[in-house]
Amino acid sequence: MTGVILEGLDRDRTWSLEHYLQRGGYEALRKILTMPMTPEQVVDEVKKSVLRGRGGAGFPTGLKWTFMPKNYVGDKYVVCNSDEGEPGTFKDRDILRYNPHALIEGMIIAGYAMGATRGYNYIHGEIWEVYQRCEEAIDQARAAGFLGQNILGSKFSFDLFNHHGYGAYICGEETALLESLEGKKGQPRYKPPFPATYGLYGKPTTINNTETFACVPWIIRNGGEAFLQLGKPNNGGTKIFSVSGHVTRPGNYEVPLGTPFSTLLEMAGGMRGGRKIKAVIPGGSSMPVLPGDLMMQLDMDYDSISKAGSMLGSGAVIVMDETTCMVRALERLSLFYHEESCGQCTPCREGTGWLYRIIHRIEHGQGRQDDLDLLHSLSNNIQGRTICALGDAAAMPVRSFVTHFRDEFEYHVTHRRCQVGAVSDSQEKAA
Amino acid sequence: MALLNLEIDGKPTQIEAGRTVMDAAKQLGIKIPHFCYHRKLSIAANCRMCLVQVEKAPKPLPACATPVTEGMKVHTHSPLAVEAQKAVMEFLLINHPLDCPICDQGGECELQDISVGYGGGASRYQEAKRVVSNKDLGPLISTDMTRCILCTRCVRYGQEIAGIMELGVGGRGEHSEILAFMDLTVDSEVSGNAIDLCPVGALTSKPFRFAARSWELTRFPSVSPHDGLGTQIEVQVKMPNDVVRVLPRKNDDINECWLSDRDRFSYQALHSADRLLHPQVKRDGQWTQVTWAEALQCVVDGLEKVRHDSGGEGIGALLSPHQTLEELYLAQKLLRELGCHNIDHRTRQVDFSLDALQQGTPWLGMAIAHWSDLRAVLVIGSVLRQEQPLLAVRLRRAARSGAQVHRVAARNEDWAMPVAATLLGKPSEWPALLGEILSAVAQQTGIPLPEDLLPLTTTTPSPEALACASNLLTAQGKSAVVLGQLAQQHPDYATLYRLAQVLGEVTGASFGQLALAANTVGAALAGALPQRGAFHTHAQTGLDAQAQWRQPRQAYVVMGLEPSLDCADPTLALKALRQAETVVALSAFKGDAEQWATIMLPIAPFTESAGTFVSMEGRVQSFNGVVSPQGEARPAWKIWRVLGNLLDCPGFAQETLEEVRTEISPDLPLVCREALSNQLSQAPVLKVRASLGTVERVGELPGYHADPLVRRAPALQETALAGDIRVILHPAQAASLGLREGQSVRVRQGEGSVVLPVTLDETLAEGCAVVPIAHPLCASLGEAMGMVVLEGA
Repeated sequence: MTGVILEGLDRDRTWSLEHYLQRGGYEALRKILTMPMTPEQVVDEVKKSVLRGRGGAGFPTGLKWTFMPKNYVGDKYVVCNSDEGEPGTFKDRDILRYNPHALIEGMIIAGYAMGATRGYNYIHGEIWEVYQRCEEAIDQARAAGFLGQNILGSKFSFDLFNHHGYGAYICGEETALLESLEGKKGQPRYKPPFPATYGLYGKPTTINNTETFACVPWIIRNGGEAFLQLGKPNNGGTKIFSVSGHVTRPGNYEVPLGTPFSTLLEMAGGMRGGRKIKAVIPGGSSMPVLPGDLMMQLDMDYDSISKAGSMLGSGAVIVMDETTCMVRALERLSLFYHEESCGQCTPCREGTGWLYRIIHRIEHGQGRQDDLDLLHSLSNNIQGRTICALGDAAAMPVRSFVTHFRDEFEYHVTHRRCQVGAVSDSQEKAA
Repeated sequence: MALLNLEIDGKPTQIEAGRTVMDAAKQLGIKIPHFCYHRKLSIAANCRMCLVQVEKAPKPLPACATPVTEGMKVHTHSPLAVEAQKAVMEFLLINHPLDCPICDQGGECELQDISVGYGGGASRYQEAKRVVSNKDLGPLISTDMTRCILCTRCVRYGQEIAGIMELGVGGRGEHSEILAFMDLTVDSEVSGNAIDLCPVGALTSKPFRFAARSWELTRFPSVSPHDGLGTQIEVQVKMPNDVVRVLPRKNDDINECWLSDRDRFSYQALHSADRLLHPQVKRDGQWTQVTWAEALQCVVDGLEKVRHDSGGEGIGALLSPHQTLEELYLAQKLLRELGCHNIDHRTRQVDFSLDALQQGTPWLGMAIAHWSDLRAVLVIGSVLRQEQPLLAVRLRRAARSGAQVHRVAARNEDWAMPVAATLLGKPSEWPALLGEILSAVAQQTGIPLPEDLLPLTTTTPSPEALACASNLLTAQGKSAVVLGQLAQQHPDYATLYRLAQVLGEVTGASFGQLALAANTVGAALAGALPQRGAFHTHAQTGLDAQAQWRQPRQAYVVMGLEPSLDCADPTLALKALRQAETVVALSAFKGDAEQWATIMLPIAPFTESAGTFVSMEGRVQSFNGVVSPQGEARPAWKIWRVLGNLLDCPGFAQETLEEVRTEISPDLPLVCREALSNQLSQAPVLKVRASLGTVERVGELPGYHADPLVRRAPALQETALAGDIRVILHPAQAASLGLREGQSVRVRQGEGSVVLPVTLDETLAEGCAVVPIAHPLCASLGEAMGMVVLEGA
């Protein structure tokens, strides 16, 4: 198996420039500047690779890059979304921690392809040491002439800056990220206009996920076609899956897109304690949950998961075994969205708290007969009614949990206790 | 711009590209429920109440933020749209208190109104409701923050219209709340509009709080009695006789949908304990309440005696430009019949050398609405935000969309808008600063300047002057040069006027001056001037406002003024009044009239009498009284009419105010339009003077002390702005006196002196000090732009 990002990172100090260069680092940059490749050729190569956005939406990256206006007079920006806050997702921090130069090189190439002169890397607020390492990496890259004026003697100039956020989940939404980067309160902007026309400081801006940028050097080095070949049609390349939950070896696994879930589960050492798989959230906490036996038949790529009624999202695979109380799991998830709603749009501000309170009372044996219908109704009233996708993210788990595990919720309501015997946090505390 | 075709609820319409579904629906008269949307504010799209169904869109879209596209089909009341709207309403109501009967907004609440159509009969939400602590936003705005639906209108209003973001959203999600920055109060001079904008009862009027229910009120249209903008107000009366609230009437050509706080809250003064309610006469040093007949007889006797002793010229008349056109007209008519031509309304002016040259009635020089379209403006000597709060709002919007704002001023005052350049100088340097701009214009156009200006020109204009010149020139007529209050009270007013006027001519900019009172233009038109009668009828020239004090008269008539606050040199004025035999004070308030008058006649303020104001753009607006006069107060026009009869003067048989108006002219708007002109018959003699040494006073007029009404409005007087009476010094000047910020300084002018706290401003020009006028503390000082001596106190 060929890895794109995590390959060769099982050694010491892989984050250093020296090590990155040994692994073929900055060759792609050298290639586009000395061959030279035109920006259009770079974009074409990325298009050919069918690299899809790794942040969650899976939008084709090459296509996104063409949205930037070509003959714009003034600054254009590329921004990296390293504000990884989705519960279950922990891949970007490892890229930043162990392979920061892949990201830096990817952003420089993206800057070249889109005619941007500046890049910002917005790093999640709760990973300070990672931010420090990125600062170090940028300093090294700048000292080596990969960043700054006239990179590698070419006419191309580009500089890159890290920005340390404050840990708000909403700042992972790209327009909220831009607001935060501008020094304002992080809350999403209404779109249109999209960032490609009105982005950071009102200038054309392209925002990609850390993993997306980190794939770019490999694509340029080895060709878009080779990247596509790694995965399957319409799902180019490899993908890092953050496998967590009731597996033996949780962690990040980079596998070609289209790898069967069963294989991924095997790589993670299978179910912990040999227990039976109950449910899997295949793409991060905001994606719909799928029953375990359905998951065992699916391949891990955008199209397969989507067909099954969920989404690949950020690639955070949360595995739950038979001992999991689905009500309690959902209660915890709902609390998260309740706490992280920015409060701008009415349905999300008011609805996320309401959802949480209903699930909380079901979990605590105070559910009512019509609560499940109420949950459905409220989720419908939130989803698709807000400026950004956080409303959807809060609603989708609720609907999927209640749909796939309705009997368990009904048991809670009727019997005022849990079917699987799990106890809630507060009950634990009381005991 | 290309028109797009679209269909809303089956009705076809056309609208320009770039507009929204909400705009198109409005055009069709289709109502879409909304909260966060407001036509004067940026689009937030956060309340989600205006969700509508758009064919081919996968989900409902907010009408306020969705741009129209060709062929778009919108359904605002389809099952999908209504379901979405009802869902949003349900979410809005779960945490909103459902206690409309005890909410001050009840009956005029957008949430209440819309919930009638979209709310459920019972709530599915059974949990405890959110409670949000109230905030102290100052004496004008009361808060009930639990009612807030976080539409952010008030926040956007501060940022975009008032120019200062005094409110913001703190917290996140359900914990979001509207907060004042750093827990401060909201101190903007236009803050009250946030009350109107708030769609619920979260922000309400503190002075009006719980005074009445909205449905108990009777509403009357009226006109603001303050700044000469002609702001259209609605006076709300709790029957039978209580003015309890003032709200804006919408007129996009004047005040749009805004009011200044002065317009909104000054009504409180109508209930002031200082109201003069009965005619009083001073007999043997004692004030006695008398009947109207007795009081008027005293006036007649007093004036007849003067006429007998020294002719009509023995009378002086100072008439407030806050009085109505009809009152001023009848007053000057009667006085002229008595042979008195010593009539003036410009009590704060000191340079009258233009009087013989003025071709018409000075005005703004352009329509107020055009201020929004200005590309370049030069404002000379104005504390704009306090002087003309709503004109500043318009200018702010223009400035934010690229208009270049320039000032000639003594300091870089914060106008809460982008200012391209401020030409700083002490007042005596202002003519030279204008000379620099004119020199720059001459350099850039190659057109020579009139000969008489040459002494003020320079070969090396400052970068600011060059920028101002080129911006005025490139604005291609969308530009204006205006004189503010400080310029009009300047000892070299005529020089400034001439320079500004030429600047307008050579750059193609409109030239005019800001009004100092509600009826400044009307007062001039009515003939409240020493050099001419109503509508420029020829009259024998009398003494101007200053000359009347310098050459004391045997009798004075003072209408609507407080000489100790409203005159250029209060000490001089009071001295002249005290030596006079007869002083008739016509006033709605007692003030200190007992100290200087011999007869006090209570007159009705604007809410208790009909009348007409002419705004600074020449708009003639008549209004009716809305309540009956308090006590024995009478409309001043009736008093003048009766006095006319008692004095056996012809032409005082008018039965109604309409008759007075018709007598002035059957077509007032037309004659007003024709009478407006800023032209001079010839250039005045320019004064070129070096600094007068010592320290020049910059007598700024504090907005909340500008007229008798606002001075008595308790809530306004409690604001930070009203209390902000201090001397502004340059840090170097203060250091030379051994003074630090907040310490006290003694200001001496003439025989008077005052001790005030010091504020430092390093942008203040050298050689001057800002010492406010029109405040009781400063009443013992002299002219606004005179010389003062500073001493460490």
